[in-house]
Amino acid sequence: MTGDILVFVEQRAGSVREVSYQLLSKANQICAELSVRLTAVFIGPKASFLSSDFYKKADRVLVLEDERFGDFNCEIARDVMVGIIKEQRPAMVLVGHTPWGMDLAPAIAAKTGLPLSTDCVDIKIEAGKVKAVRQLYGGKLFARVVFKDESKGCIFTVRPGSFSVEGYPDRMGEIVPIEAPKDLPEPSSRFVEYVDTGAGEVDITQAELLVSIGRGVGEKERIEEIQELARILGGVVSCSRPVVDKGWLPKYHQVGTSGKSVKPKVYLALGISGAFQHVAGIAGAGTVIAVNKDKKAPIFRVADYGVADDLFAFSDAIKKALKK
Amino acid sequence: MDIVVCVKRVPFTQEVDLEIDRSKRFVATESLAHVINDWDSYAVEEAILLKEKLGGEVTAVTVGSEDDEEVLRRALAMGADRAVRIESGGMPMDGTVVAGILASVIRNIPCDLVLTGVQADDDNQAVVGVTLAELLGLSHAAVVRGIEVSGADIVARIELEGGVDEIRRLRLPALLTIQTGINEPRYVSVMGIRKASKKELKVIDVKELGLSQNDLVPPTEIEEIYLPADTGGAEMLKGDPSVVAEAVIDIMRRKGVAL
Repeated sequence: MTGDILVFVEQRAGSVREVSYQLLSKANQICAELSVRLTAVFIGPKASFLSSDFYKKADRVLVLEDERFGDFNCEIARDVMVGIIKEQRPAMVLVGHTPWGMDLAPAIAAKTGLPLSTDCVDIKIEAGKVKAVRQLYGGKLFARVVFKDESKGCIFTVRPGSFSVEGYPDRMGEIVPIEAPKDLPEPSSRFVEYVDTGAGEVDITQAELLVSIGRGVGEKERIEEIQELARILGGVVSCSRPVVDKGWLPKYHQVGTSGKSVKPKVYLALGISGAFQHVAGIAGAGTVIAVNKDKKAPIFRVADYGVADDLFAFSDAIKKALKK
Repeated sequence: MDIVVCVKRVPFTQEVDLEIDRSKRFVATESLAHVINDWDSYAVEEAILLKEKLGGEVTAVTVGSEDDEEVLRRALAMGADRAVRIESGGMPMDGTVVAGILASVIRNIPCDLVLTGVQADDDNQAVVGVTLAELLGLSHAAVVRGIEVSGADIVARIELEGGVDEIRRLRLPALLTIQTGINEPRYVSVMGIRKASKKELKVIDVKELGLSQNDLVPPTEIEEIYLPADTGGAEMLKGDPSVVAEAVIDIMRRKGVAL
Protein backbone atom coordinates (compact mmCIF):
# COMPACT_ATOMS: atom_id res chain seq x y z
CA MET A 1 0.00 0.00 0.00
CA THR A 2 1.56 3.23 -1.12
CA GLY A 3 -1.28 5.73 -1.46
CA ASP A 4 -2.15 8.31 1.19
CA ILE A 5 -4.58 7.85 4.02
CA LEU A 6 -7.30 10.38 3.28
CA VAL A 7 -9.42 11.79 6.12
CA PHE A 8 -12.63 13.73 5.57
CA VAL A 9 -12.81 16.48 8.19
CA GLU A 10 -16.31 17.28 9.39
CA GLN A 11 -17.13 20.81 10.52
CA ARG A 12 -20.42 22.15 11.77
CA ALA A 13 -21.19 25.83 12.14
CA GLY A 14 -17.51 26.64 11.96
CA SER A 15 -16.05 24.12 14.37
CA VAL A 16 -14.25 20.90 13.54
CA ARG A 17 -16.09 17.92 15.00
CA GLU A 18 -14.40 15.80 17.66
CA VAL A 19 -14.77 12.68 15.49
CA SER A 20 -12.42 14.22 12.93
CA TYR A 21 -9.60 14.35 15.48
CA GLN A 22 -10.29 10.71 16.30
CA LEU A 23 -10.01 9.81 12.60
CA LEU A 24 -6.76 11.74 12.35
CA SER A 25 -5.46 9.87 15.38
CA LYS A 26 -6.19 6.48 13.82
CA ALA A 27 -4.92 7.64 10.42
CA ASN A 28 -1.74 8.79 12.10
CA GLN A 29 -1.13 5.28 13.43
CA ILE A 30 -1.86 3.64 10.06
CA CYS A 31 0.43 6.11 8.29
CA ALA A 32 3.25 5.33 10.70
CA GLU A 33 2.73 1.62 10.14
CA LEU A 34 2.68 1.86 6.34
CA SER A 35 5.06 4.82 5.97
CA VAL A 36 2.55 6.74 3.89
CA ARG A 37 1.28 10.30 3.94
CA LEU A 38 -1.72 11.56 5.92
CA THR A 39 -3.92 13.87 3.87
CA ALA A 40 -6.97 15.60 5.31
CA VAL A 41 -9.74 17.22 3.29
CA PHE A 42 -11.50 20.30 4.61
CA ILE A 43 -14.46 21.99 2.95
CA GLY A 44 -15.76 25.22 4.44
CA PRO A 45 -15.24 28.90 5.02
CA LYS A 46 -11.75 30.15 5.84
CA ALA A 47 -12.70 31.45 9.27
CA SER A 48 -13.65 28.04 10.59
CA PHE A 49 -10.42 26.60 9.28
CA LEU A 50 -8.24 29.21 10.92
CA SER A 51 -9.88 28.80 14.31
CA SER A 52 -8.82 25.19 14.54
CA ASP A 53 -5.47 23.42 14.83
CA PHE A 54 -6.46 20.10 13.27
CA TYR A 55 -4.24 20.76 10.24
CA LYS A 56 -1.17 20.10 12.40
CA LYS A 57 -2.34 16.51 12.71
CA ALA A 58 -2.04 15.84 8.97
CA ASP A 59 0.93 15.96 6.60
CA ARG A 60 -1.16 18.15 4.36
CA VAL A 61 -4.66 19.47 4.27
CA LEU A 62 -6.50 19.99 1.03
CA VAL A 63 -8.64 23.03 1.74
CA LEU A 64 -11.61 24.01 -0.32
CA GLU A 65 -12.38 27.46 1.05
CA ASP A 66 -15.74 28.47 -0.14
CA GLU A 67 -18.38 30.48 1.62
CA ARG A 68 -21.01 28.64 -0.41
CA PHE A 69 -20.01 25.39 1.26
CA GLY A 70 -20.03 26.59 4.85
CA ASP A 71 -22.73 24.11 5.73
CA PHE A 72 -22.42 20.46 4.85
CA ASN A 73 -23.75 19.61 1.43
CA CYS A 74 -23.48 15.92 0.70
CA GLU A 75 -23.38 16.26 -3.08
CA ILE A 76 -20.62 18.88 -3.01
CA ALA A 77 -18.60 16.86 -0.49
CA ARG A 78 -19.10 13.70 -2.56
CA ASP A 79 -17.99 15.32 -5.81
CA VAL A 80 -14.95 16.95 -4.18
CA MET A 81 -13.93 13.66 -2.52
CA VAL A 82 -14.49 11.65 -5.71
CA GLY A 83 -12.31 14.12 -7.64
CA ILE A 84 -9.50 13.85 -5.11
CA ILE A 85 -9.73 10.05 -4.96
CA LYS A 86 -9.61 9.68 -8.75
CA GLU A 87 -6.63 11.97 -9.02
CA GLN A 88 -4.61 10.87 -6.01
CA ARG A 89 -5.59 7.24 -5.50
CA PRO A 90 -5.38 7.07 -1.70
CA ALA A 91 -4.93 3.66 -0.05
CA MET A 92 -7.75 4.34 2.40
CA VAL A 93 -10.44 6.93 2.95
CA LEU A 94 -11.70 7.57 6.49
CA VAL A 95 -15.05 9.23 7.21
CA GLY A 96 -16.83 9.52 10.57
CA HIS A 97 -19.82 7.24 11.12
CA THR A 98 -22.00 10.25 11.84
CA PRO A 99 -25.31 11.22 10.24
CA TRP A 100 -23.37 13.19 7.61
CA GLY A 101 -20.74 10.48 7.19
CA MET A 102 -23.50 7.91 6.71
CA ASP A 103 -24.83 10.12 3.91
CA LEU A 104 -21.43 10.81 2.35
CA ALA A 105 -19.42 7.58 2.49
CA PRO A 106 -21.82 5.27 0.59
CA ALA A 107 -22.19 8.05 -2.01
CA ILE A 108 -18.41 8.18 -2.51
CA ALA A 109 -18.27 4.39 -2.66
CA ALA A 110 -21.06 4.23 -5.25
CA LYS A 111 -19.41 6.87 -7.43
CA THR A 112 -15.85 5.46 -7.24
CA GLY A 113 -16.68 1.76 -7.03
CA LEU A 114 -14.38 1.43 -4.03
CA PRO A 115 -15.37 -1.09 -1.33
CA LEU A 116 -16.84 0.31 1.89
CA SER A 117 -16.96 -0.97 5.44
CA THR A 118 -19.13 1.07 7.80
CA ASP A 119 -19.31 1.78 11.52
CA CYS A 120 -15.83 0.35 12.13
CA VAL A 121 -14.46 0.31 15.67
CA ASP A 122 -10.98 -0.63 14.49
CA ILE A 123 -8.93 -0.93 11.30
CA LYS A 124 -6.04 -3.36 11.18
CA ILE A 125 -3.41 -4.35 8.67
CA GLU A 126 -2.44 -8.00 8.96
CA ALA A 127 0.08 -9.46 6.55
CA GLY A 128 -0.58 -6.65 4.09
CA LYS A 129 -4.35 -7.18 4.17
CA VAL A 130 -6.70 -4.50 5.47
CA LYS A 131 -9.24 -5.69 8.03
CA ALA A 132 -12.10 -3.77 9.57
CA VAL A 133 -13.52 -4.61 12.98
CA ARG A 134 -17.20 -3.83 13.40
CA GLN A 135 -20.17 -4.91 15.46
CA LEU A 136 -23.26 -6.90 14.53
CA TYR A 137 -26.65 -7.15 16.22
CA GLY A 138 -26.25 -3.93 18.16
CA GLY A 139 -22.95 -4.94 19.75
CA LYS A 140 -23.80 -8.51 20.73
CA LEU A 141 -21.17 -9.79 18.30
CA PHE A 142 -18.04 -8.55 16.58
CA ALA A 143 -16.99 -9.24 13.00
CA ARG A 144 -13.69 -8.92 11.18
CA VAL A 145 -14.43 -7.77 7.65
CA VAL A 146 -12.13 -8.06 4.64
CA PHE A 147 -12.45 -6.63 1.14
CA LYS A 148 -12.59 -8.72 -1.99
CA ASP A 149 -10.28 -6.26 -3.70
CA GLU A 150 -8.69 -3.29 -1.98
CA SER A 151 -5.96 -2.73 -4.57
CA LYS A 152 -7.62 0.47 -5.79
CA GLY A 153 -8.31 1.71 -2.27
CA CYS A 154 -11.06 1.26 0.30
CA ILE A 155 -13.41 3.40 2.37
CA PHE A 156 -14.30 3.21 6.06
CA THR A 157 -16.73 4.99 8.26
CA VAL A 158 -15.41 4.99 11.81
CA ARG A 159 -17.62 4.95 14.88
CA PRO A 160 -17.20 8.10 16.99
CA GLY A 161 -15.38 7.44 20.25
CA SER A 162 -13.39 4.49 18.91
CA PHE A 163 -10.00 6.19 19.00
CA SER A 164 -8.36 8.37 21.60
CA VAL A 165 -7.21 11.81 20.61
CA GLU A 166 -4.52 11.86 23.27
CA GLY A 167 -0.81 11.57 22.60
CA TYR A 168 -0.40 11.45 18.86
CA PRO A 169 2.24 13.57 17.25
CA ASP A 170 1.86 16.58 15.03
CA ARG A 171 2.72 16.16 11.35
CA MET A 172 3.83 18.56 8.63
CA GLY A 173 0.58 20.52 8.51
CA GLU A 174 1.05 21.77 4.96
CA ILE A 175 -2.00 23.64 3.71
CA VAL A 176 -2.88 23.10 0.06
CA PRO A 177 -5.75 25.19 -1.32
CA ILE A 178 -7.87 23.34 -3.86
CA GLU A 179 -10.53 24.46 -6.30
CA ALA A 180 -14.07 23.22 -6.53
CA PRO A 181 -14.52 20.89 -9.50
CA LYS A 182 -15.37 23.07 -12.51
CA ASP A 183 -18.34 21.05 -13.71
CA LEU A 184 -19.95 21.00 -10.26
CA PRO A 185 -23.69 20.79 -10.90
CA GLU A 186 -26.19 22.78 -8.88
CA PRO A 187 -26.88 20.51 -5.87
CA SER A 188 -30.35 19.01 -5.63
CA SER A 189 -30.42 19.61 -1.90
CA ARG A 190 -29.56 22.50 0.34
CA PHE A 191 -29.06 23.28 4.00
CA VAL A 192 -31.84 25.30 5.62
CA GLU A 193 -31.07 25.57 9.33
CA TYR A 194 -30.11 23.86 12.57
CA VAL A 195 -32.75 23.26 15.22
CA ASP A 196 -31.92 22.58 18.86
CA THR A 197 -34.22 19.88 20.20
CA GLY A 198 -32.63 19.81 23.63
CA ALA A 199 -34.52 22.35 25.71
CA GLY A 200 -37.11 21.06 28.14
CA GLU A 201 -38.58 21.23 31.62
CA VAL A 202 -35.76 19.29 33.26
CA ASP A 203 -32.05 19.52 32.62
CA ILE A 204 -30.62 16.01 32.88
CA THR A 205 -27.09 17.30 32.34
CA GLN A 206 -27.04 18.97 35.77
CA ALA A 207 -28.44 16.08 37.85
CA GLU A 208 -26.31 14.36 40.49
CA LEU A 209 -28.41 11.21 40.34
CA LEU A 210 -30.08 10.02 37.16
CA VAL A 211 -32.67 7.27 37.29
CA SER A 212 -32.64 6.22 33.67
CA ILE A 213 -35.04 3.89 31.95
CA GLY A 214 -34.83 1.92 28.73
CA ARG A 215 -36.95 -0.38 26.62
CA GLY A 216 -37.11 -2.79 29.59
CA VAL A 217 -39.69 -0.59 31.30
CA GLY A 218 -42.11 -2.26 28.88
CA GLU A 219 -45.04 0.13 28.86
CA LYS A 220 -45.74 3.80 29.33
CA GLU A 221 -48.10 3.23 32.26
CA ARG A 222 -45.31 1.85 34.41
CA ILE A 223 -42.98 4.84 34.03
CA GLU A 224 -44.83 6.41 36.95
CA GLU A 225 -43.36 3.79 39.28
CA ILE A 226 -39.88 4.87 38.25
CA GLN A 227 -40.75 8.55 38.56
CA GLU A 228 -41.80 7.76 42.12
CA LEU A 229 -38.49 5.97 42.70
CA ALA A 230 -36.61 9.00 41.37
CA ARG A 231 -38.59 11.28 43.71
CA ILE A 232 -37.78 9.13 46.72
CA LEU A 233 -34.09 9.06 45.77
CA GLY A 234 -33.98 12.78 44.95
CA GLY A 235 -32.91 12.01 41.38
CA VAL A 236 -34.01 13.03 37.91
CA VAL A 237 -35.54 10.66 35.35
CA SER A 238 -33.69 10.21 32.07
CA CYS A 239 -33.99 7.53 29.40
CA SER A 240 -32.53 5.79 26.37
CA ARG A 241 -33.65 6.19 22.78
CA PRO A 242 -36.48 3.58 22.56
CA VAL A 243 -38.40 5.34 25.35
CA VAL A 244 -38.42 8.58 23.33
CA ASP A 245 -39.11 6.75 20.05
CA LYS A 246 -42.22 5.25 21.58
CA GLY A 247 -43.34 8.66 22.77
CA TRP A 248 -43.21 7.66 26.45
CA LEU A 249 -40.98 10.59 27.47
CA PRO A 250 -40.04 13.84 25.68
CA LYS A 251 -36.70 14.01 23.87
CA TYR A 252 -35.05 16.26 26.45
CA HIS A 253 -34.87 13.23 28.76
CA GLN A 254 -32.76 11.28 26.26
CA VAL A 255 -29.16 10.32 27.06
CA GLY A 256 -26.81 9.39 24.20
CA THR A 257 -25.21 10.61 20.97
CA SER A 258 -28.43 12.00 19.53
CA GLY A 259 -29.58 13.15 22.98
CA LYS A 260 -27.44 14.55 25.78
CA SER A 261 -24.15 13.66 27.42
CA VAL A 262 -24.56 13.47 31.19
CA LYS A 263 -22.22 13.49 34.19
CA PRO A 264 -24.15 12.49 37.32
CA LYS A 265 -22.38 11.11 40.39
CA VAL A 266 -24.50 7.99 40.02
CA TYR A 267 -26.27 6.75 36.91
CA LEU A 268 -28.88 4.12 37.61
CA ALA A 269 -29.63 2.33 34.32
CA LEU A 270 -32.90 0.41 34.54
CA GLY A 271 -33.80 -1.90 31.68
CA ILE A 272 -31.28 -0.27 29.35
CA SER A 273 -29.50 -2.73 27.06
CA GLY A 274 -26.49 -0.47 26.47
CA ALA A 275 -26.33 0.37 22.76
CA PHE A 276 -23.10 2.25 21.99
CA GLN A 277 -25.03 5.43 21.17
CA HIS A 278 -26.37 5.39 24.72
CA VAL A 279 -23.11 4.40 26.39
CA ALA A 280 -21.34 7.29 24.63
CA GLY A 281 -23.61 9.66 26.54
CA ILE A 282 -22.65 8.35 30.01
CA ALA A 283 -18.87 8.46 29.64
CA GLY A 284 -18.80 11.30 32.14
CA ALA A 285 -20.89 9.52 34.79
CA GLY A 286 -19.17 8.81 38.12
CA THR A 287 -20.63 5.40 38.94
CA VAL A 288 -22.92 3.37 36.71
CA ILE A 289 -25.27 0.84 38.31
CA ALA A 290 -27.16 -1.26 35.75
CA VAL A 291 -30.26 -3.36 36.35
CA ASN A 292 -31.33 -5.68 33.55
CA LYS A 293 -33.07 -9.04 33.31
CA ASP A 294 -30.70 -10.05 30.50
CA LYS A 295 -27.42 -11.14 32.15
CA LYS A 296 -25.65 -10.63 28.82
CA ALA A 297 -26.89 -7.10 28.17
CA PRO A 298 -23.99 -4.99 26.83
CA ILE A 299 -24.65 -2.40 29.57
CA PHE A 300 -22.99 -4.78 32.06
CA ARG A 301 -19.75 -4.46 30.09
CA VAL A 302 -19.53 -0.76 30.92
CA ALA A 303 -21.33 -0.53 34.27
CA ASP A 304 -19.46 -0.48 37.60
CA TYR A 305 -22.13 -2.53 39.35
CA GLY A 306 -24.75 -4.83 37.91
CA VAL A 307 -27.98 -6.37 39.10
CA ALA A 308 -29.45 -9.16 36.95
CA ASP A 309 -33.09 -8.72 37.93
CA ASP A 310 -36.44 -7.31 36.90
CA LEU A 311 -36.21 -3.52 37.18
CA PHE A 312 -39.58 -3.20 38.94
CA ALA A 313 -38.63 -5.82 41.53
CA PHE A 314 -35.43 -3.85 42.06
CA SER A 315 -37.32 -0.56 42.25
CA ASP A 316 -39.79 -1.96 44.82
CA ALA A 317 -36.94 -3.32 46.94
CA ILE A 318 -35.21 0.09 47.00
CA LYS A 319 -38.45 1.85 47.93
CA LYS A 320 -39.07 -0.64 50.71
CA ALA A 321 -35.52 -0.35 52.05
CA LEU A 322 -35.72 3.44 52.21
CA LYS A 323 -39.05 3.37 54.01
CA LYS A 324 -37.50 1.50 56.91
CA MET B 1 -47.11 11.00 -4.37
CA ASP B 2 -45.91 7.51 -5.30
CA ILE B 3 -43.54 5.96 -2.83
CA VAL B 4 -41.33 2.88 -2.78
CA VAL B 5 -40.35 1.58 0.64
CA CYS B 6 -37.62 -1.04 1.11
CA VAL B 7 -37.97 -3.54 3.94
CA LYS B 8 -35.93 -6.37 5.42
CA ARG B 9 -36.84 -9.30 7.62
CA VAL B 10 -34.38 -9.77 10.48
CA PRO B 11 -34.00 -12.15 13.42
CA PHE B 12 -35.42 -10.91 16.71
CA THR B 13 -32.47 -10.94 19.10
CA GLN B 14 -33.52 -9.04 22.22
CA GLU B 15 -32.61 -11.12 25.27
CA VAL B 16 -31.42 -13.90 22.95
CA ASP B 17 -28.02 -15.56 23.15
CA LEU B 18 -26.70 -15.59 19.60
CA GLU B 19 -24.83 -18.62 18.39
CA ILE B 20 -21.97 -18.43 15.91
CA ASP B 21 -21.86 -21.37 13.50
CA ARG B 22 -18.83 -23.63 13.00
CA SER B 23 -17.46 -21.71 10.04
CA LYS B 24 -17.33 -18.68 12.39
CA ARG B 25 -18.66 -16.59 9.52
CA PHE B 26 -22.37 -16.85 10.11
CA VAL B 27 -24.79 -16.51 13.00
CA ALA B 28 -27.19 -19.39 13.56
CA THR B 29 -30.53 -17.62 13.16
CA GLU B 30 -32.78 -20.46 11.91
CA SER B 31 -34.32 -21.13 15.32
CA LEU B 32 -34.98 -17.45 16.09
CA ALA B 33 -38.23 -15.58 15.60
CA HIS B 34 -38.08 -13.08 12.74
CA VAL B 35 -39.60 -9.60 12.52
CA ILE B 36 -39.57 -6.57 10.24
CA ASN B 37 -36.41 -4.52 10.76
CA ASP B 38 -37.30 -1.87 13.34
CA TRP B 39 -36.17 1.09 11.19
CA ASP B 40 -38.10 -0.27 8.19
CA SER B 41 -41.30 -0.43 10.15
CA TYR B 42 -41.03 3.34 10.72
CA ALA B 43 -40.24 3.82 7.01
CA VAL B 44 -43.39 1.90 6.00
CA GLU B 45 -45.52 3.90 8.43
CA GLU B 46 -44.07 7.16 7.08
CA ALA B 47 -44.86 6.08 3.51
CA ILE B 48 -48.45 5.26 4.49
CA LEU B 49 -48.86 8.57 6.36
CA LEU B 50 -47.66 10.49 3.28
CA LYS B 51 -50.00 8.50 1.06
CA GLU B 52 -52.94 9.20 3.37
CA LYS B 53 -52.13 12.89 3.28
CA LEU B 54 -51.18 13.35 -0.36
CA GLY B 55 -52.62 10.40 -2.23
CA GLY B 56 -50.60 8.14 -4.49
CA GLU B 57 -49.48 4.56 -4.13
CA VAL B 58 -46.99 2.74 -1.95
CA THR B 59 -44.94 -0.22 -3.15
CA ALA B 60 -43.01 -2.29 -0.61
CA VAL B 61 -39.91 -4.13 -1.84
CA THR B 62 -37.66 -6.74 -0.26
CA VAL B 63 -34.80 -8.94 -1.38
CA GLY B 64 -34.93 -12.44 0.03
CA SER B 65 -36.60 -15.83 0.21
CA GLU B 66 -40.24 -16.85 0.46
CA ASP B 67 -40.07 -16.59 4.26
CA ASP B 68 -39.27 -12.90 3.87
CA GLU B 69 -42.69 -12.28 2.29
CA GLU B 70 -43.93 -12.08 5.87
CA VAL B 71 -42.63 -8.49 6.12
CA LEU B 72 -44.17 -7.57 2.77
CA ARG B 73 -47.55 -8.85 3.94
CA ARG B 74 -47.12 -6.78 7.04
CA ALA B 75 -46.41 -3.67 4.93
CA LEU B 76 -49.49 -4.46 2.81
CA ALA B 77 -51.59 -4.79 5.96
CA MET B 78 -50.29 -1.41 7.13
CA GLY B 79 -51.56 0.12 3.91
CA ALA B 80 -49.09 -0.46 1.09
CA ASP B 81 -50.81 -1.06 -2.27
CA ARG B 82 -48.52 -3.71 -3.69
CA ALA B 83 -45.34 -5.59 -2.91
CA VAL B 84 -42.36 -6.97 -4.77
CA ARG B 85 -40.04 -9.69 -3.56
CA ILE B 86 -36.80 -10.23 -5.37
CA GLU B 87 -35.82 -13.88 -4.98
CA SER B 88 -32.14 -13.90 -4.13
CA GLY B 89 -31.62 -17.66 -4.27
CA GLY B 90 -29.81 -17.57 -0.95
CA MET B 91 -26.60 -16.12 -2.33
CA PRO B 92 -24.25 -14.19 -0.02
CA MET B 93 -24.95 -10.45 -0.14
CA ASP B 94 -23.73 -7.28 1.48
CA GLY B 95 -25.33 -3.83 1.45
CA THR B 96 -23.74 -2.89 -1.87
CA VAL B 97 -25.09 -5.99 -3.64
CA VAL B 98 -28.57 -5.52 -2.14
CA ALA B 99 -28.61 -1.88 -3.27
CA GLY B 100 -27.63 -2.96 -6.80
CA ILE B 101 -30.43 -5.53 -6.92
CA LEU B 102 -33.00 -3.06 -5.55
CA ALA B 103 -31.90 -0.36 -8.01
CA SER B 104 -32.42 -2.62 -11.02
CA VAL B 105 -36.03 -3.22 -9.94
CA ILE B 106 -36.98 0.21 -8.51
CA ARG B 107 -35.67 1.88 -11.68
CA ASN B 108 -38.78 0.50 -13.37
CA ILE B 109 -41.25 1.60 -10.70
CA PRO B 110 -42.32 5.22 -11.29
CA CYS B 111 -42.06 7.04 -7.96
CA ASP B 112 -41.37 10.40 -6.33
CA LEU B 113 -39.85 9.14 -3.13
CA VAL B 114 -37.94 6.09 -1.92
CA LEU B 115 -37.75 5.34 1.81
CA THR B 116 -35.50 2.86 3.61
CA GLY B 117 -34.61 2.37 7.25
CA VAL B 118 -31.38 3.99 8.46
CA GLN B 119 -29.87 0.55 8.94
CA ALA B 120 -30.78 -3.07 9.70
CA ASP B 121 -30.95 -4.61 13.16
CA ASP B 122 -28.70 -7.52 12.16
CA ASP B 123 -25.67 -6.19 10.28
CA ASN B 124 -25.98 -2.51 11.29
CA GLN B 125 -24.36 -1.36 8.05
CA ALA B 126 -26.39 1.67 6.98
CA VAL B 127 -25.26 1.18 3.38
CA VAL B 128 -28.27 0.15 1.28
CA GLY B 129 -30.28 3.39 1.36
CA VAL B 130 -27.72 5.94 0.19
CA THR B 131 -26.08 3.49 -2.24
CA LEU B 132 -29.49 2.86 -3.80
CA ALA B 133 -30.08 6.63 -4.08
CA GLU B 134 -26.79 7.07 -5.91
CA LEU B 135 -27.50 4.20 -8.29
CA LEU B 136 -30.89 5.70 -9.09
CA GLY B 137 -29.48 9.23 -9.31
CA LEU B 138 -31.73 10.51 -6.52
CA SER B 139 -31.14 13.31 -4.07
CA HIS B 140 -30.68 11.79 -0.59
CA ALA B 141 -30.51 12.37 3.15
CA ALA B 142 -29.65 9.91 5.93
CA VAL B 143 -31.05 9.62 9.47
CA VAL B 144 -34.28 11.50 8.87
CA ARG B 145 -36.74 12.01 11.73
CA GLY B 146 -39.23 14.35 10.11
CA ILE B 147 -40.63 14.89 6.60
CA GLU B 148 -42.68 17.63 5.01
CA VAL B 149 -43.53 17.79 1.33
CA SER B 150 -43.43 21.29 -0.09
CA GLY B 151 -44.22 21.61 -3.80
CA ALA B 152 -41.52 19.93 -5.87
CA ASP B 153 -39.31 19.65 -2.78
CA ILE B 154 -39.21 17.62 0.36
CA VAL B 155 -38.03 19.14 3.63
CA ALA B 156 -36.21 16.60 5.80
CA ARG B 157 -35.37 16.93 9.47
CA ILE B 158 -32.05 15.13 9.88
CA GLU B 159 -31.02 13.94 13.33
CA LEU B 160 -27.46 15.10 14.01
CA GLU B 161 -25.54 14.52 17.24
CA GLY B 162 -26.08 16.25 20.56
CA GLY B 163 -29.78 17.02 20.27
CA VAL B 164 -29.38 19.13 17.12
CA ASP B 165 -31.38 18.56 13.94
CA GLU B 166 -30.52 19.81 10.45
CA ILE B 167 -33.33 20.97 8.24
CA ARG B 168 -32.51 20.18 4.60
CA ARG B 169 -34.53 20.87 1.48
CA LEU B 170 -34.23 18.23 -1.26
CA ARG B 171 -35.59 18.22 -4.76
CA LEU B 172 -37.87 15.30 -5.61
CA PRO B 173 -37.45 12.52 -6.54
CA ALA B 174 -35.42 11.74 -3.45
CA LEU B 175 -34.45 8.92 -1.12
CA LEU B 176 -34.52 9.30 2.66
CA THR B 177 -33.24 6.83 5.25
CA ILE B 178 -35.68 6.87 8.13
CA GLN B 179 -34.75 7.01 11.80
CA THR B 180 -36.78 5.30 14.52
CA GLY B 181 -39.19 7.54 16.43
CA ILE B 182 -40.28 9.55 13.37
CA ASN B 183 -43.84 8.26 13.89
CA GLU B 184 -45.74 5.52 15.70
CA PRO B 185 -45.97 2.47 13.42
CA ARG B 186 -49.57 1.29 13.43
CA TYR B 187 -50.67 -1.97 14.97
CA VAL B 188 -51.23 -4.79 12.54
CA SER B 189 -53.62 -7.61 13.44
CA VAL B 190 -53.47 -11.18 12.18
CA MET B 191 -56.82 -10.47 10.54
CA GLY B 192 -55.35 -7.42 8.82
CA ILE B 193 -52.49 -9.47 7.44
CA ARG B 194 -54.94 -12.12 6.19
CA LYS B 195 -57.05 -9.47 4.46
CA ALA B 196 -53.99 -7.94 2.84
CA SER B 197 -53.11 -11.28 1.25
CA LYS B 198 -55.50 -10.30 -1.57
CA LYS B 199 -53.17 -7.48 -2.59
CA GLU B 200 -50.61 -7.97 -5.34
CA LEU B 201 -47.30 -9.55 -4.33
CA LYS B 202 -45.02 -9.97 -7.29
CA VAL B 203 -41.94 -12.20 -7.24
CA ILE B 204 -38.98 -11.44 -9.48
CA ASP B 205 -36.00 -13.76 -9.71
CA VAL B 206 -32.68 -12.00 -9.36
CA LYS B 207 -31.49 -13.97 -12.41
CA GLU B 208 -34.04 -12.15 -14.56
CA LEU B 209 -32.56 -8.75 -13.77
CA GLY B 210 -29.62 -8.97 -16.13
CA LEU B 211 -27.10 -8.06 -13.45
CA SER B 212 -23.49 -8.97 -14.14
CA GLN B 213 -21.48 -11.34 -11.99
CA ASN B 214 -19.56 -8.29 -10.83
CA ASP B 215 -22.76 -6.71 -9.47
CA LEU B 216 -23.56 -9.82 -7.48
CA VAL B 217 -20.25 -10.50 -5.77
CA PRO B 218 -20.13 -8.71 -2.41
CA PRO B 219 -17.16 -6.31 -2.19
CA THR B 220 -16.95 -7.03 1.55
CA GLU B 221 -16.79 -10.38 3.27
CA ILE B 222 -16.91 -11.41 6.91
CA GLU B 223 -13.71 -13.24 7.79
CA GLU B 224 -14.72 -14.12 11.32
CA ILE B 225 -17.53 -13.43 13.80
CA TYR B 226 -16.66 -13.54 17.47
CA LEU B 227 -18.02 -12.68 20.90
CA PRO B 228 -16.90 -9.51 22.66
CA ALA B 229 -13.96 -10.07 25.01
CA ASP B 230 -15.20 -10.97 28.47
CA THR B 231 -12.98 -8.52 30.29
CA GLY B 232 -13.74 -5.95 32.94
CA GLY B 233 -17.41 -5.30 33.26
CA ALA B 234 -19.70 -4.77 36.20
CA GLU B 235 -19.30 -6.22 39.65
CA MET B 236 -22.54 -8.20 39.88
CA LEU B 237 -24.56 -7.72 43.06
CA LYS B 238 -26.24 -10.97 43.99
CA GLY B 239 -28.71 -12.16 46.56
CA ASP B 240 -32.20 -11.44 47.79
CA PRO B 241 -33.71 -8.20 46.35
CA SER B 242 -33.67 -6.60 49.82
CA VAL B 243 -29.96 -7.39 50.24
CA VAL B 244 -29.20 -6.02 46.76
CA ALA B 245 -31.25 -2.88 47.51
CA GLU B 246 -29.26 -2.22 50.70
CA ALA B 247 -26.00 -2.69 48.77
CA VAL B 248 -27.09 -0.27 46.04
CA ILE B 249 -28.24 2.35 48.56
CA ASP B 250 -24.90 2.01 50.30
CA ILE B 251 -23.02 2.50 47.00
CA MET B 252 -25.08 5.59 46.14
CA ARG B 253 -24.36 7.13 49.56
CA ARG B 254 -20.65 6.40 49.25
CA LYS B 255 -20.60 8.05 45.84
CA GLY B 256 -22.00 11.25 47.29
CA VAL B 257 -25.73 11.00 46.63
CA ALA B 258 -27.70 12.40 49.56
CA LEU B 259 -30.44 9.93 50.54
